[in-house]
Amino acid sequence: MNRRKFLSSASAVVAANAVTAVGPFVRPASAQGGPIRIGLLAPLTGVVAAGGKEMVEGFNLYWDQHGKKVAGREIEIIVEDDASNPDTALQKARRLVEQRNVNMLIGDLLANTGLAVAEYVKGNGVPYFIPIIAADDLTQRKRIPNVIRIAGYSASQMPRPLADYAYHKKGYRKVVTISQDYTFGYEQCGGFCQTFSENGGQVLHQFWQPLNTADFSPYLAQIQSLKPDVVYAMETGADANRFIQQYANFGLKGKIPMLGCMNLTDQSVIRTLGAECDGIVSSAQFCEGSTAPATEKFVAEYEKAFNKLPSLYGFSMYSGAMWLDAGMKAVNGNVEDRPKFLAAIRKVVLNDSPLGRPVRLDDYGNPIYDVYIREVKRRPDGKYWNVPLETVPNVSQFGKYDPETYLKQASYSRTFQGIKKS
Amino acid sequence: MSMTVFQAMNGATFAALLFIVASGFTLIFGLMRIVNLAHGALYLMGGYFGLVVAHRTDSFTLALAAAALAVAAIGFGTYTLLLRFVGGNVLRQVLLTLGLALVLDDLALVIWGGDAFTVPIPEALRGPVQVGSLVYPKYRLFLLLFSVAVFIGLALLLRHTRLGALIRAGVDDAEMVDAMGIDIQRVFVYTFMLGAALAGIGGVLGGAFLTLYPTADSDILVFSLAVVIIGGRGSLAGTAIGSLFVGMLATFGQVWFPELAYFVIFGPMALLLAFRPLGLFGRTA
Amino acid sequence: MRPPLSMREPLEEVGDALADDALTRTPPRVMSSRARLIVAIACVALLVAVPFVVPGYKTSLVIETLIFATLAMSIDLLAGYAGRVSLGHGAIFGIATYVVLYHVTTGGGSPWVAMLLGVAAATVAAVVFALLAIRTSGVYFLLLTLALGMIVWGMCLRWTSVTGGENGLRGTVAPAWLAAQPVFYFFILIATSLMTWLMWRFAHSPFGLTLQGIRESESRMRTLGYNVPLHLFIGFTVSGFFAGLAGTLYAFFNSFVSPSTVALAQSVEGLLMVIVGGVGTLFGGLVGAAVIIALENLVSFYTERWPMVLGFMFIVTMIFAPEGLLGFARTLLARRGAEHRS
Repeated sequence: MNRRKFLSSASAVVAANAVTAVGPFVRPASAQGGPIRIGLLAPLTGVVAAGGKEMVEGFNLYWDQHGKKVAGREIEIIVEDDASNPDTALQKARRLVEQRNVNMLIGDLLANTGLAVAEYVKGNGVPYFIPIIAADDLTQRKRIPNVIRIAGYSASQMPRPLADYAYHKKGYRKVVTISQDYTFGYEQCGGFCQTFSENGGQVLHQFWQPLNTADFSPYLAQIQSLKPDVVYAMETGADANRFIQQYANFGLKGKIPMLGCMNLTDQSVIRTLGAECDGIVSSAQFCEGSTAPATEKFVAEYEKAFNKLPSLYGFSMYSGAMWLDAGMKAVNGNVEDRPKFLAAIRKVVLNDSPLGRPVRLDDYGNPIYDVYIREVKRRPDGKYWNVPLETVPNVSQFGKYDPETYLKQASYSRTFQGIKKS
Repeated sequence: MSMTVFQAMNGATFAALLFIVASGFTLIFGLMRIVNLAHGALYLMGGYFGLVVAHRTDSFTLALAAAALAVAAIGFGTYTLLLRFVGGNVLRQVLLTLGLALVLDDLALVIWGGDAFTVPIPEALRGPVQVGSLVYPKYRLFLLLFSVAVFIGLALLLRHTRLGALIRAGVDDAEMVDAMGIDIQRVFVYTFMLGAALAGIGGVLGGAFLTLYPTADSDILVFSLAVVIIGGRGSLAGTAIGSLFVGMLATFGQVWFPELAYFVIFGPMALLLAFRPLGLFGRTA
Repeated sequence: MRPPLSMREPLEEVGDALADDALTRTPPRVMSSRARLIVAIACVALLVAVPFVVPGYKTSLVIETLIFATLAMSIDLLAGYAGRVSLGHGAIFGIATYVVLYHVTTGGGSPWVAMLLGVAAATVAAVVFALLAIRTSGVYFLLLTLALGMIVWGMCLRWTSVTGGENGLRGTVAPAWLAAQPVFYFFILIATSLMTWLMWRFAHSPFGLTLQGIRESESRMRTLGYNVPLHLFIGFTVSGFFAGLAGTLYAFFNSFVSPSTVALAQSVEGLLMVIVGGVGTLFGGLVGAAVIIALENLVSFYTERWPMVLGFMFIVTMIFAPEGLLGFARTLLARRGAEHRS
């Protein structure tokens, strides 16, 4: 028996055992008719606590609007704080499954917390839904049958249309990327750089800075001296906030245009910013300034409930709740039949999502979207938000590539960015 | 060439902030031997207080003043209500401040949420300015001047006031000061408040360009630790040089050895601690 | 309320001054050997019963407690017996976890070889830490170990090709025959009991007594002709060895490692366990780990404010019970014993 085989059989034994050991707890006595328990994992403390709070808000908003009941069964939501820390996330996931007997898990924000929980549910088959976790390989090379990206996106999916836009519509030829030094960044930059270079563009340099970089000035100095046509920035949270601000203060804004990942100009970042963020272009499935009636309605309701514009986190978890609702209805509330429930979730076509367009999963468990190219603009009331410039229809996680061929390519990493040398 | 000058400016202006924060740290450490691990939390609190005041009054000056006062008050409370109860035991004091840091940090999260905030600065300090061939943010230049002013102010305080004289004497030999019949506890309280106020001011100044966010406290704390270890406790000039050293290391380290970003700061700190624990400029007691 | 200033000694005496403090003083032993035997048997009986009485999640909490208790005790070996409080043990612990996961998942090696390598790596790290740290004491020792821990954390974060960076390393480590929870539980129970016994023997060996002598007064021991740095070096290395062992067990348990395992917070939590339990009591580490892990689980039923609770625990312990729960209990018992006799 070779090593790998041994390991996989070992994990199978672990899985089987985990199921039998906790079996009586997972299925409460009144399986049908009792409440459906949903374990919601969100970072309520730690570095991304703000996003975590909005995840809970968005998820709860849906159930408050639609009643916490599906097919006659109560919905019970149990929230646990993953503390922005993968060890804690893992521990809390165990706790939700083994002690609180949840039927399914949903949530987590940081990729490392999501990957830790995914590894855990791989062993015991508990359905785990990830509207925020964008790690490519969870729906590509390392798929887990019970981990589904409802209402989410994969990291390299969104930057590809942006790269096309940058090359063809704006005529940019030379790009410098700056990104947080972790997988989410490698994948977003990879998606951008591969498409941009295959179009004929040139990637002058890629900066990878540690998460929580306080002072961007060393990078800003170098970016300036490289004289690119455009900068592609992959920053999230406080890093995004600082980068945008210091970019303006160093006088680069207006000189070198900035493109970004969707997190860079998400409401969670720009709601505390001023004119510095004006004019940054990014790409995303969601655009809070869209004039689609469904989006306008959602944004208005969200603003009324929480007195702020919805971020990606609030929107994704709201849609995720909607998706779960549809899936649970399809199996008439029988979430205990996991294969059937998961199959139903995969078949959901979300027609009334806040996007105003139907959303469905591809064969690999990742949604296909019409992607907005969007720009940050000032609203009449002084708040900044993203408004659509144009729409690219039917973008899957594989973009224009054939899935099977694409999956043979290596995963994006700091050393592999799919850049075509011209 | 101009690139190096540019990066040196970045290092110097970052050092300016570090100096303001670390000078408070080193005063407390030098006089009382307390490694105040809540210093970062005080920085963060100061930043948030400044943010609130700046939003209400539109005045950056008032924000600085309010933060200094409020954080000095927290410092007063910390010393008289907590630290004095474990007086004399350095290690217990250090661990107590660690607990306080956890509490303050979480409290800030409850009150202000986890969004990244920026303290608004006056219009006059926004944007870049052209100095020769160099385009540089006005605010960072202002910060440099401000830190020089703080340095001069502290130096005058230590040289020419009774409190300063007592602090200097206390850094050298607190027991002797006590034996001379001077109420050293009062000196301790004042020093602790002064150190805390400097952290609070640092929070406002830092919050204006590094933003305020949930883990900002530990980020600035480890930098301050490095500064004080390198500069030596209780030495103002040492802190200034330590700040420059760490500021330059952080800047050029990121440019030249991006992979070793943490090592370039903590490596020298560890070596100094091992072989010259009093820092480059610390005096033996 | 004025603290006696004599406590504030010149720098090189800080370590000695600390030794006079309740924090690092071993409380007197007060229980008769028979009473101790009864307590020990009761503890063992309770621990053996765990997987049968509370299977599932609660057993996994006890497993976690046992592993972290071992880490806490390894910290106590230094803090309680040599008077050196370390904030770098989380890093040593985590290095072992990383090595095990790397060897098994990336390297495809055997878990037992991985365990050996993990302990070896942790011990090597402890040797390096020790070589740098033995020259310092008190607050400077604390800061130096903190800085060294930060370097390890920074490496794990940035050396992506090996450590997986922010995402860490994942994969099942424990061999198949350990997969059933009761089996795994007894494996951990036996392993940690063995380590506890070894640490206890070490602490009460002539060598351990010399360490205590160094804690009480370094200068006296030096005058008596002891090689103080060598003793501290060996003490640190042994302590790191046990922290590493705990780290390898954690890899078996968690099947996952990320920079948060080597972060300062890990060292801080380990140290808090020692302090809550009682510095210099060794078994206090177990008490502290149990209290903190149980409390953390209980608190999260009601509130997300765990960091605040942890912080308050630090403050309250430092002000009211610096000798820790076990030390507190001993003092209480001693007082009652004294009353009984009079």
